[in-house]
Amino acid sequence: MAKVTIDGKTIEVPEGTTILNAARMIGGEIVPPAMCYYTKLETSGGYCRTCIVKVSKGSEKDPRPMPKPVPSCRQTIMDGMVVENITSPEILEARAGVVEFLLINHPLDCPICDQAGECSLQDLGYEHGKMKTRYEFKRREFEKIDIGDKIKLHMTRCILCYRCVKVAEQLTPGRVHGVVNRGDVAEISTYIQHAVDNEMSGNMIDVCPVGALTDKTFRFKSRVWFTKPVDAHRKCDTCSGKVRLWYKGEEALRVTARKDKYGEVEEWICNECRFDHKKTSDWTIEGPSHIDHHSVISANHYETGNALAALKHDIAKQQKQLEGNDMKLKEGAMNPNNQ
Amino acid sequence: MGKQLLINDLDKDGIATLAGYKTHGGYTALEKALKMKPEEVVEEVKKSGLRGRGGAGFPTGMKWSFIAKPPGVPRYLVCNADESEPGTFKDRYLMQRKPHILVEGMIISSFALGANTSYIYIRGEMMFQYHILEKAIQEAYDAGLLGKNILGSGYDLDLYVHCGAGAYICGEETGLIESLEGKRGNPRIKPPFPAIKGAWGCPTVVNNVETLAAVVPIINMTGDEYAKIGIGKSTGTKLISASGHINKPGVYEIELGVPVEEFIYSDKYCGGIRNGKKLKAVVAGGSSVPILPTELILKTAKGEPRLMSYESLSDGGFVTGTMMGSGGFIAMDEDTSIVKNLWNFTRFYHHESCGQCSPCREGTGWMEKILHKFIEGHAETKDIDLLWDIQGKIEGKTICPLGEAAAWPVAAAIRHFRPEFEEYVKKGRSMIDVKHYYRINNLQPA
Ligand SMILES: Cc1cc2nc3c(=O)[nH]c(=O)nc-3n(C[C@H](O)[C@H](O)[C@H](O)COP(=O)(O)O)c2cc1C
Ligand code: SF4
Ligand code: SF4
Ligand code: FES
Repeated sequence: MAKVTIDGKTIEVPEGTTILNAARMIGGEIVPPAMCYYTKLETSGGYCRTCIVKVSKGSEKDPRPMPKPVPSCRQTIMDGMVVENITSPEILEARAGVVEFLLINHPLDCPICDQAGECSLQDLGYEHGKMKTRYEFKRREFEKIDIGDKIKLHMTRCILCYRCVKVAEQLTPGRVHGVVNRGDVAEISTYIQHAVDNEMSGNMIDVCPVGALTDKTFRFKSRVWFTKPVDAHRKCDTCSGKVRLWYKGEEALRVTARKDKYGEVEEWICNECRFDHKKTSDWTIEGPSHIDHHSVISANHYETGNALAALKHDIAKQQKQLEGNDMKLKEGAMNPNNQ
Repeated sequence: MGKQLLINDLDKDGIATLAGYKTHGGYTALEKALKMKPEEVVEEVKKSGLRGRGGAGFPTGMKWSFIAKPPGVPRYLVCNADESEPGTFKDRYLMQRKPHILVEGMIISSFALGANTSYIYIRGEMMFQYHILEKAIQEAYDAGLLGKNILGSGYDLDLYVHCGAGAYICGEETGLIESLEGKRGNPRIKPPFPAIKGAWGCPTVVNNVETLAAVVPIINMTGDEYAKIGIGKSTGTKLISASGHINKPGVYEIELGVPVEEFIYSDKYCGGIRNGKKLKAVVAGGSSVPILPTELILKTAKGEPRLMSYESLSDGGFVTGTMMGSGGFIAMDEDTSIVKNLWNFTRFYHHESCGQCSPCREGTGWMEKILHKFIEGHAETKDIDLLWDIQGKIEGKTICPLGEAAAWPVAAAIRHFRPEFEEYVKKGRSMIDVKHYYRINNLQPA
């Protein structure tokens, strides 16, 4: 066991635990936001840099501070380490910088994005970002593509967290999609229009922190906050069959895996459960899901800021305006300066 | 000229061939090394004080002693011949003119590290040098200098040249290893360092071409003798790629410790600034290192003459100093627009970012766009502060040092040449551009 102190709170954790996981064990507001790390996916993390923290004391043995901020999702703790997260103004400023970087090329098309309401980037922006962007140039754009008949890739929204690539690598034999090109024109793609066709491929929708990978059977059916999550299971030979059904009225519009409070999937589910069983009679209902993931779907999370109210208002207004219009016209409808 | 150990005999006939190289003392170091114990070779390199010539200047002997030696696990030596840092062209010169010094250096170094397979990872654009190396390696195989039981010593080594596809990021050692393994050249998150887990998960040392070549004279003359050349902890000789507005651009081998002033103005080296112009600024170690104005490159802030050595160039930290880097020495005369030059550098980093980490992926492109505003003549004062802020938000927050390499030039240009940015803001262009316009059109300023 090793002792680590994060923002003044001390905890003992097994050797090899990352700072992020130690912080999650402590819980509360000292937990750094993580956009690319995913517990279930090996070698995930280290990319987005939202989880950076300051190590002001390396360890009992070597108390020197680390010279640069470290990604808490990859840095393992040493006995006696002292970490500053929300108590470090530099870290808060640097994180706001990362949020700004993630948003400069994001289309901010939340009003027409299926992920809105359960989007990690929205949460991140509200909690750690600034109200206004300083970016004034044209944003990067990509064509939307279908990867397989059930998944839509909307690359323009992607934050290149590599989670879906890890899903493809680790869950599906014979990886068929990855990253092509580099820098800010790098994109997730399949190998020359290759369809992603594998019984576990749907999980990449769940791991995607933004609306870049969406479920084509649910696209544009409903805003997520108008749907009610219910836990259910069925007997399935491929996966655990433990899912979450999202109801609007009597109808289950969507099936997803169950996620924990950090937005991470508890158990992977197969494509059959996800896409082919939307009748209530297919499932044994367990009851309403307990959602403590802090998102728009759990009410009043943003009570302190007017930002959410403004967003909800904007979204409602724009939805009204847009209803019935050609979907294509909706893209980019929101004022890009309102990050 | 001071001592030369690497490019001293380029004028000799056939020095690029095995026969010619041997006539002029080639492969004697190898014979000597194979009679030593591997640890003794490492010890000589440690004594020599040799520091990595690829950019970071890390002591080579120490790096070698870090390599993990788990039993039954192969070790690899990889030569970094990706040379893509703007302003740097020494490795290609050495490989082209004297390929056998690299081959010999690699055999000795592989022997010291206990590697039986080694690679030269060469930048994709350098096909010409690639073929030269291939030929040299074949000659070495034919002469029993590579392959099984080298010179009867019982030591086996296979040496391969691997061609990259022309990405700067594959010069970063872990990006290079990924690329060598046949993957996308994304730098790895460290730790683990390559010395513990490198190519195919095995202990690996990555060294620059010049570093490995320098092992040859070190073994020939002993580490102690090598350490006597140079100044302080900057031992030995260093290849400098000199370019820009100087009379004699080219590759020079200097004894570390030559005064910068002598290097620029002496006829032995750059021969002064061309067309009788005044020197304005110098980028001393490849495009990534901070640019310095004339006053600070010739003399340190303390008023001492600045020397071409690791310590002297970095004297004053980044506030008034810079870095030795890869030895890409770019001199700029009084007619150079620092802002335009910076835009060009930044464009490069934007183009070369691998895109893994958000600050580098997004920040480099953003900085480039802002700098372009200056050149187009519609930048505002706040853009200078914005650039400063963005570079600070990239620096130190990325996986590999490319983020820093993109941030430092921006910071240094603003730090030392802010008035020039302000001139672009005020006038929509710089007087330098106006002078340039007159010059290229043969006009007289009114
Ligand atoms: C973006 C980037 C590009 C680099 N390119 C090169 C290169 O082209 N050649 C090189 O020798 N080192 C390059 N380096 C440095 C290598 O990572 C590594 O430090 C070096 O090869 C170690 O060799 P040395 O100890 O002999 O200097 C680069 C580093 C970075 C961050
Ligand atoms: S598509 Fe989604 S999961 Fe994949 S890299 Fe982009 S943001 Fe991450
Ligand atoms: S700093 Fe830039 S080049 Fe290096 S890993 Fe990150 S995105 Fe890639
Ligand atoms: S969550 Fe740690 S870097 Fe992305």
